[in-house]
Amino acid sequence: MRFVPQLFPEGEHFGLLAEYDSPGALVRACEHVRDAGYRKWDAHSPFPIHGIETAMGLGRSRLPYVALIFGLGGALGGMALQIWANAIAYPMVISGKPMFNWQPYVPITFECGVLLASLATVFGMFAFNKLPMLFHPLFGVEHFAKATDDGFFISVEAWDPKFDARATGELLSSTGARRVHLVRRREDAAP
Amino acid sequence: MSHDRAVAVDPAQHRGKAFGRLTGVGGALAVAGVGASVALAGGTPQFYFSWLVAYLFFLSIALGGLFFVLVLAVSRAGWGVSLRRVVENVMATLPVFAVLFVPIWLGRHELYAWARPEEVAKSALLRGKAPFLNEDFWFVRAILYFVAWSALATFFSTQSQKQDETGDERISARMRGIAPVGIILFALSTTFCSIDWMMSLEPEWYSTMYGVYFFSGAVIAIFSFVILLVQFAYTQGALRGVVTTEHLHDVGKLLFGFTIFWAYIAFSQYFLIWYGNIPEETVYYMKRQVGSWQSVGMLLAYGHFLLPFFFLMPRAAKRSSALLVIAAVWQLFMHFLDLHWAIMPVLHPESARPGFVDLAAFSAVGGVFLAAIGWVSSRRALVPLGDPRLPEALSFENV
Repeated sequence: MRFVPQLFPEGEHFGLLAEYDSPGALVRACEHVRDAGYRKWDAHSPFPIHGIETAMGLGRSRLPYVALIFGLGGALGGMALQIWANAIAYPMVISGKPMFNWQPYVPITFECGVLLASLATVFGMFAFNKLPMLFHPLFGVEHFAKATDDGFFISVEAWDPKFDARATGELLSSTGARRVHLVRRREDAAP
Repeated sequence: MSHDRAVAVDPAQHRGKAFGRLTGVGGALAVAGVGASVALAGGTPQFYFSWLVAYLFFLSIALGGLFFVLVLAVSRAGWGVSLRRVVENVMATLPVFAVLFVPIWLGRHELYAWARPEEVAKSALLRGKAPFLNEDFWFVRAILYFVAWSALATFFSTQSQKQDETGDERISARMRGIAPVGIILFALSTTFCSIDWMMSLEPEWYSTMYGVYFFSGAVIAIFSFVILLVQFAYTQGALRGVVTTEHLHDVGKLLFGFTIFWAYIAFSQYFLIWYGNIPEETVYYMKRQVGSWQSVGMLLAYGHFLLPFFFLMPRAAKRSSALLVIAAVWQLFMHFLDLHWAIMPVLHPESARPGFVDLAAFSAVGGVFLAAIGWVSSRRALVPLGDPRLPEALSFENV
């Protein structure tokens, strides 16, 4: 029985992992991999590197649209709830004001908009990053732990249409990788 | 990678002379404006009210400039260094507003009910407020504001100019040290000047939000005005490559943010008065629901907030020169309308009566303001060449 959704296609190998010496070498290597037309790959670094999005050819995040839609939805929902509660379901005269008056609804409408926009931003970011992810095949590679300390890596996944263990490995070596590693798919088959 | 890029600023390309044309244009507008407004309505209440609106409009831009410079200093902002000189030049016009204040002083009896003894005799409230709202103290306060503004503007302007030659890092530290004091002075003087010159037009009414309401408009005004000045500098061949899309993007973000801030403040003032529903407080909004003032108020709610809010929201709008200029011109117009809506119902309670006198006064004050910017700018570089953080600002990029 599978408790964690399958994130990667089946196959013997996860892909190739190349290690670089410096953030500069990583960025230059990313430009080569990007220009070679790979789509399913990623760069790993212990800290954010300025300009790596362009080097990787990443587009703009779709997260702002998610935030906008949920923000507007939250605002409309908050307004609708108040109209329904105060003017339709339980009409009650409070300090001589009309049943329907938009003024007191504004703060709660605003807050509901902010609430849903911010929740959508956080959880949308999780979703786009496929988090929470309890296991990743790269964890099976012992020296990949350096990615949280002083290691700079590129991983190219085996299901990329352009992936070829030999040709991709040569490309990564030619970009100045210190070592290139074929990563197995299963955790129990870690090298 | 941006921080590897070698940056060099050619001082010859960024001389303040690029703004020299403003002196001539501004001078002509000022002469025409003063002539027209005096010929059309000299000495009448209409003249003084129109002058007051125009005066507060341009004063709020200059005060916004002071605020921007203070915040850049106190927050030790690197990104803003490349456009700081343009803002400083706007701020440096503040002493001129002491001269432009003369018509308001001359018209104090026409403008302010508390300055008319017969009105004070009629109203117990005005008699009670007399220790604060009397001509002498009002005048002393105005002098204090001008002293504080001129001192701050001159200090930051001359220090920054001195750094052009020496490149001394200690000047940045000195400005950073004075800035917090400046912010306190700015907050007090801006709040009280709006109370003295705007809120006391209806001396029996009060709002504790009034000072920050004026401030929120002033900040919208300076960000809009900086966008326009930078675009003007581009047409004169200056600032290109120094103030980039990245910087304007950030000014656009600030304009967007403070547009929301204005709405927040404007609504908070309205909301509490609406909820309390006490006649001496609601009178302010009752007056502004008469005749076409009602439509002006609705136009402000939609035009000063809702429309620019959605217009400035996309990243693309803040990175496009044309769209940003549209937003800036629109927000400046709306800011003027906001002041007009706050002040003019006192003179024209029946309905909005915009006219040529408003235009003439706008041209008079605005002309002097532009000429002063041109004159100040042409005496120094248009970029703080000596600031040690200029390279950082030049290579700034939004992530």
